[in-house]
Amino acid sequence: MFYRESGDFKTTYAKDTQTFPIKLDRMGYYVILAVALILVPIMLMKDVGGGANYWTNAIFLPFLIWAVASIGLNILVGYCGQLSLGSGGFMAVGAYASYKLMTWDVPFIGELNFVVVVILSGVITAGVGILFGLPSLRIKGFYLAVATLAAQFFLVWLFNKVPWFYNYSASGQISVPTRSVLGFQVTGATAAPEAKYLLCLVILIVVALVARNLTRGRIGRSWMAIRDMDIAAEIIGVAPLKTKLSAFGVSSFFIGVAGALFFAVYLGAAEVGEAFGIQKSFLLLFMVIIGGLGSIFGSIVGAAFMVLMPVLLKNIMVGHLNWATDIAAHFEFVIVGALIILFLILEPHGLAQLWRLLKDKLRLWPFPH
Amino acid sequence: MKLTKLAAIAVAAVTAASPVLADLVFPALSYRTGPYAANGIPFADGYADYFTLVNERDGGIGGVPAQLLECETGYNTEKGVECYESTKGQGSLVYQPLSTGITYQLIPKATADGIPIHSMGYGRTSAANGDVFGNIFNYPANYWNGASIAINHLLEINGGDISGKSITLIYHNSAYGKEPIRTLEVLAEKHGYDLTLLPVDHPGQEQKSQWLQIRRERPDYVVMWGWGVMNPVAIQEAVNIRYPMENFIGVWWSGSENDVIPAGPGATGYKALTFHGVGDDYPVYDDIQKYVVDTGKTAGAGDQIGTVLYNRGMYAAMLAVEAVKTAQEIHGVADITPAMMRDGMEALEMTEEKMTSLGLPNFGPAFSVSCENHGGPGLGGVAQWDAESGKWNMISDYSPSDMDVIQALIDEDSAAYAAENGIESQCN
Repeated sequence: MFYRESGDFKTTYAKDTQTFPIKLDRMGYYVILAVALILVPIMLMKDVGGGANYWTNAIFLPFLIWAVASIGLNILVGYCGQLSLGSGGFMAVGAYASYKLMTWDVPFIGELNFVVVVILSGVITAGVGILFGLPSLRIKGFYLAVATLAAQFFLVWLFNKVPWFYNYSASGQISVPTRSVLGFQVTGATAAPEAKYLLCLVILIVVALVARNLTRGRIGRSWMAIRDMDIAAEIIGVAPLKTKLSAFGVSSFFIGVAGALFFAVYLGAAEVGEAFGIQKSFLLLFMVIIGGLGSIFGSIVGAAFMVLMPVLLKNIMVGHLNWATDIAAHFEFVIVGALIILFLILEPHGLAQLWRLLKDKLRLWPFPH
Repeated sequence: MKLTKLAAIAVAAVTAASPVLADLVFPALSYRTGPYAANGIPFADGYADYFTLVNERDGGIGGVPAQLLECETGYNTEKGVECYESTKGQGSLVYQPLSTGITYQLIPKATADGIPIHSMGYGRTSAANGDVFGNIFNYPANYWNGASIAINHLLEINGGDISGKSITLIYHNSAYGKEPIRTLEVLAEKHGYDLTLLPVDHPGQEQKSQWLQIRRERPDYVVMWGWGVMNPVAIQEAVNIRYPMENFIGVWWSGSENDVIPAGPGATGYKALTFHGVGDDYPVYDDIQKYVVDTGKTAGAGDQIGTVLYNRGMYAAMLAVEAVKTAQEIHGVADITPAMMRDGMEALEMTEEKMTSLGLPNFGPAFSVSCENHGGPGLGGVAQWDAESGKWNMISDYSPSDMDVIQALIDEDSAAYAAENGIESQCN
């Protein structure tokens, strides 16, 4: 049979604990990686079908960047059980940090490398996230959601109020300067689609790998212990302070990285109220819930669902059925909303759980009993 | 990952099928949904109806039919990007996003792609300097003209002296609302009035605290930079605190029927700037009635015709059509490209005779565009609302703004942009 653990002998501990223990899964993973890393960039470079810009700027970039953010929030909500509605604000921190770092003429160095900028933006966001995570030691659940909501509003207000953050520009807009990675321009309007795509893809892969390995190690287990029962976790020796704050830190780091990419690579220009408002926090939370709490795969699928579904529906309704744009836009809300409810009724644990069930069925197929 | 791929394949199937037609393509990044829909709908209707009129009455522009590609943005920048990317490959001639945020977003993109943007009365003000912003046009007037025209109006009713007066700017807390601040500050130094700034956050439904402050401080004048749902709320609040409406002036984006009607008779006397005519007392409306309404080809429900924003959408379409005609003349081809469209916009000349022949006598100021000046003359007038007759009445002629102040600001801001982005002079 083709989808079985049997016959695939693991001779080392590393092999025994790998992410994809079944050979077919592993093959599928490598195929997807190969397609995403080699085939897609080549297609974008050759501009197959003439839609390279559309595909990159309207589909791939938002999907990849939201997937990074979604992994970040999933660590906090899904793995550590701390409900946060401040993600939009944290993305804004990442974006504004990247803007300030890119426009800062560093003594002795000059211009910072873009990858360094993205990582530093993540670090700064992690710091802010830890700060706003402090109340989580005292408040839980919905009350924590309200406390983090304060972070969302405060941060947006701050970036609107203090002109230093947007370099005193007349309109309060921040616009990205052109930057290159390894000689390929990745920000600005003239950047090649494949360069932007590859940068975001590589960052997503790194983030997913790091997150995966964090969550199945000691740190991830302490997060899950806190999530499942914080008092019991404390009794067995998990320090709530360190654990919760590390979850806030790691989660905010990823969200900050996503925020920096969202502004610098995807949008190019942003204003905080519009690009990082409260609706972004909700969108991200929906991605995590629909994808599946406590699942890296779920984060990616959730992001795909929330980002790609509206675009797909729009293209079908307006492009093919020739509906009026406003009716299509309203129906988009209805259909996406209905699908969310449907998915949550059919599978409250998200798309990741559906996938898991499917795999379990496949293992037994064709003899389910 | 499999679901992702499935979705991706489906999207591929969907996007691959959109046809490319040999028409003059005008994308309309409209918004008929969301908190700004009340303003987005009439503009989109006017824009679309004028192209329908041109197709039905004249058989297109120079014999080539115009094709409208409508794409819903919901005033959202990400959707705006998606709309731009999905329409730009289909021969789009000019973008009019009707959103300052989306305009900022598209300026570098459209410049790189060589497609002109016409942000009429919105967008980045310093784009008026065509030497730096070769592909961006914002004629016939921009925000800073608007701010200056509002102050000029106050000067006029105060006999030329407003020193010591207090003026409050209540603005949408976004790139759009922040645009006039700099100009108003510089003008405050020049004329000696006190300026107070009151931001209102998106979408603007909650303004109690701002109006409480206005009620407490009783400024002599209130100037508003609002859009969408913020406008009717602000005017209603002003009525509620019994603020004298004739001292309340909105920019041209805060002066449509949708903004004042909800406040009822109390809104009488509210003033708004405008850079084009109001009402439907123009010959072109007979044509619209005959070729568009009676044939059932209106873009929307057809209930917006003659409203301020419908007129503005129609005006935008009219200027685009005239630019196409100019481009066709310059290049001698009927089926023009975006680059030719840009040339046409840059050589556009609107004279009174031209507007009369189009059925829009005295609708807007006469102006001409040049390589250096993409902003037009910056003329504007003031209209006042009369709730009883349900009409806007022009109470001043199109008068000039303080270009000494504004040109200096434009040069400064565009020079900074040119330095940041390494742009060389476009006019030499």
